[in-house]
Amino acid sequence: MKFRNVVLAAAMVAAAASSALTTGAYAQQQEQFFPVLVYRTGAYAPNGVPFANGYVDYLKLVNANGGINGVKVSFEECETGYATDRGVECYERLKGKGGGATVFQPLSTGITFALTEKAPGDKIPLITAGYGRSESTDGNVFKWNFPLTGTYWDAADVLLQHVSKKEGGWDKLKGKKIALVYHDSPYGKEPIPLLEERAKMHGYQLQLLPVAHPGVEQKATWQQIRGNRPDYVFLWGWGVMNSTALKEAQATGYPRDKMYGVWWAGAEPDVKDVGDGARGYNALALQHGAEPNSKVVKDVLEKVHGKGQGTGPKEEVGQVLYMRGLIAAMLGVEGVKRAQERFGKGKWMSPEQVRWGLENLALDQKKLDALGFAGVMRPISTSCADHRGSTWARVHTWDGKQWKFSSDWYQSDDAIIKPMIKQAADRYAAEKKLDRRNAADCQS
Amino acid sequence: MLYRENGQFKTSYRADLQIFPIVQDRWAILALVVAAFVLVPMVASDYMFRAILIPFLILSLAALGVNILVGYCGQISLGSGAFMAVGAYAAYNCLIRIDGIPMVAAILLGGVFATLVGIVFGIPSLRVRGLYLAVATLAAQFFCDWAFLRVKWFTNYTPSGSVSVSNLNLFGWRVETPAERYLFCLGFLVIFALLAKNLVRSAIGREWMAIRDMDVAAAVIGIRPMYAKLSAFAVSSFIVGVAGALWGFVYLGAWEPAAFSVDRSFQLLFMVIIGGLGSIMGSFFGAAFIVVLPIFLNQALPAVGDLVGVPISTAGISHAEFIIFGALIVWFLIVEPHGLARLWAVGKQKLRLWPFPH
Repeated sequence: MKFRNVVLAAAMVAAAASSALTTGAYAQQQEQFFPVLVYRTGAYAPNGVPFANGYVDYLKLVNANGGINGVKVSFEECETGYATDRGVECYERLKGKGGGATVFQPLSTGITFALTEKAPGDKIPLITAGYGRSESTDGNVFKWNFPLTGTYWDAADVLLQHVSKKEGGWDKLKGKKIALVYHDSPYGKEPIPLLEERAKMHGYQLQLLPVAHPGVEQKATWQQIRGNRPDYVFLWGWGVMNSTALKEAQATGYPRDKMYGVWWAGAEPDVKDVGDGARGYNALALQHGAEPNSKVVKDVLEKVHGKGQGTGPKEEVGQVLYMRGLIAAMLGVEGVKRAQERFGKGKWMSPEQVRWGLENLALDQKKLDALGFAGVMRPISTSCADHRGSTWARVHTWDGKQWKFSSDWYQSDDAIIKPMIKQAADRYAAEKKLDRRNAADCQS
Repeated sequence: MLYRENGQFKTSYRADLQIFPIVQDRWAILALVVAAFVLVPMVASDYMFRAILIPFLILSLAALGVNILVGYCGQISLGSGAFMAVGAYAAYNCLIRIDGIPMVAAILLGGVFATLVGIVFGIPSLRVRGLYLAVATLAAQFFCDWAFLRVKWFTNYTPSGSVSVSNLNLFGWRVETPAERYLFCLGFLVIFALLAKNLVRSAIGREWMAIRDMDVAAAVIGIRPMYAKLSAFAVSSFIVGVAGALWGFVYLGAWEPAAFSVDRSFQLLFMVIIGGLGSIMGSFFGAAFIVVLPIFLNQALPAVGDLVGVPISTAGISHAEFIIFGALIVWFLIVEPHGLARLWAVGKQKLRLWPFPH
């Protein structure tokens, strides 16, 4: 008994001492601290891991290139397991580190919702690149949220545009049946308002088929699809749910080329196990797809993996989710860079200053090319009213071996989306008794 | 030496019936409560409050509720997460639908609705017991998951099905800073713990325990099983519902049904079993074990790894956390199947004899 106590006590003291040491080190040098919320375990790990690798690799690349105008980047991972309460704990743990966390990227719609309530109080910006809540595009209400590169409403709109183009025009959609197979969580439900709005306009029938977490039980769903024979299936899945859906589609005999996934459902882990069975399956590419030939990927391979500091397997560098992580990190770093243009180059930026940077992001083609993102994505520019910055997207198709682009660039229709955003944001503001930001606040 | 009751005589029934018959206990608990109210807000950091203390308090409260049902009345329930969800969503709906309702009233009303649902799902307990009842209460879990995902009215027609609450205030006092939130939850916990402790010492508590120990014998000596079981379900779900409302309002701020999934039910059941069935104290130990230990491991493991020069990856930490946590549960249950509360009691007993054990 005594020996055990001694060992336990020693372990505790050691832990306390070493954590004190590390915090001391943080206090000495002012580094731009990036918290990294990831899920490398749990039901969604197959998709969470490449994202995390890309995110971390990009931060390492920034350091390899000398930091953000000389300011080194530090980062720390925190495992959320996709659970909201763990995510909140991670947020609380990391938000004060390094003088204040630069930016949080929650990587889960549930955690995004919880942090949306907390971020204004802590004055830390949230980037939800391609996910999160669609109405947070409205920066006049959501001062701290940045759904950069587009939202689920943009995604759904582009998919509908693509489908209508295939059919030969919007009027051809009349009487058609579109089924939405979605993850039964806020994430999966996000596109529904837009799909319903468009259904009213074009007269297609929308069937909603929810799938419970984690998504391995879909027999009943596909039975319904077998019965109804929808003309198109939109897949709003995540993790193991996607490959299960593809396998079920194969078993049901539903043509894969009539299936369209959102970008969370359009990466290598989703289709690899299904192999040939997924041939012809389409998915949305919000800006980028798999980009193994882009310059930034070559940079990562040379300066990070080449030095033996890479995160994760080398072969996965440049895959869809890896690129998503990379771009998410890049957006955060560019926010800092933009803030430095106003508040002083080569200085450490506070989260509040970074927020300004993100709100005035002006990533034009020249800057993107310089960063090595030529051909990967389109320019992004944000403003006080528009925290989304871009409405462009493409569709890519799995050919059995890799993802290949199968469409031109589309732009989501802001004539439809803007009023919806305004309405939802107003509703949120009314519920929270918030005032819309005035012009003066936009300058700050 | 210090923990000895020599010379403490009880000369009245009142004195004999005190919650803490030993003077030292009484003072220790009083000191603990005072420290929790005064000292902790002065020294704890924001992180301690928001990530550890607040969830610990709220889940202690929930575990308290579950302990009444499972520990005292012997009705195994896997639906506690559902009752938490009912509390949270009902409180949310009261808040947005009744104009000018004080937040505390909304939270308590959440508990009331959880009570109603708890009684409905407690009805099967009149016919089935043990594992069968556990499975029957699991139905509550599935039903509530379904209802809060599908019935849009509950979520006030938000497109994503996620609801949020902010601007918490208590009769004009804005519960905003972490310390205030902590005090708010602590207030609830202290009041409910006191009520629960007294309930289980009273006639109704004895009826619950009689039903737990042998329901046929209890019925023979004149205890109405229906009344006892349903009242246990009612009290338990009320407390769990209040805890659910606090979890949504104070801790998460915005939530979706997944926050109260079946995992939460299991978590609560584990808290009660590890903490100690049929012990108010045990609920706190269990909650601390389940809430704090993984977070502690999560932060200590990398530090220990650094110390010996082995960097541990995030996934590695997460896996190690599960392994150590699981192993500790097994170890505790083997060493002391009656839970941490029993270890605590044994420790106290030893202290009373120290330094001259038999």
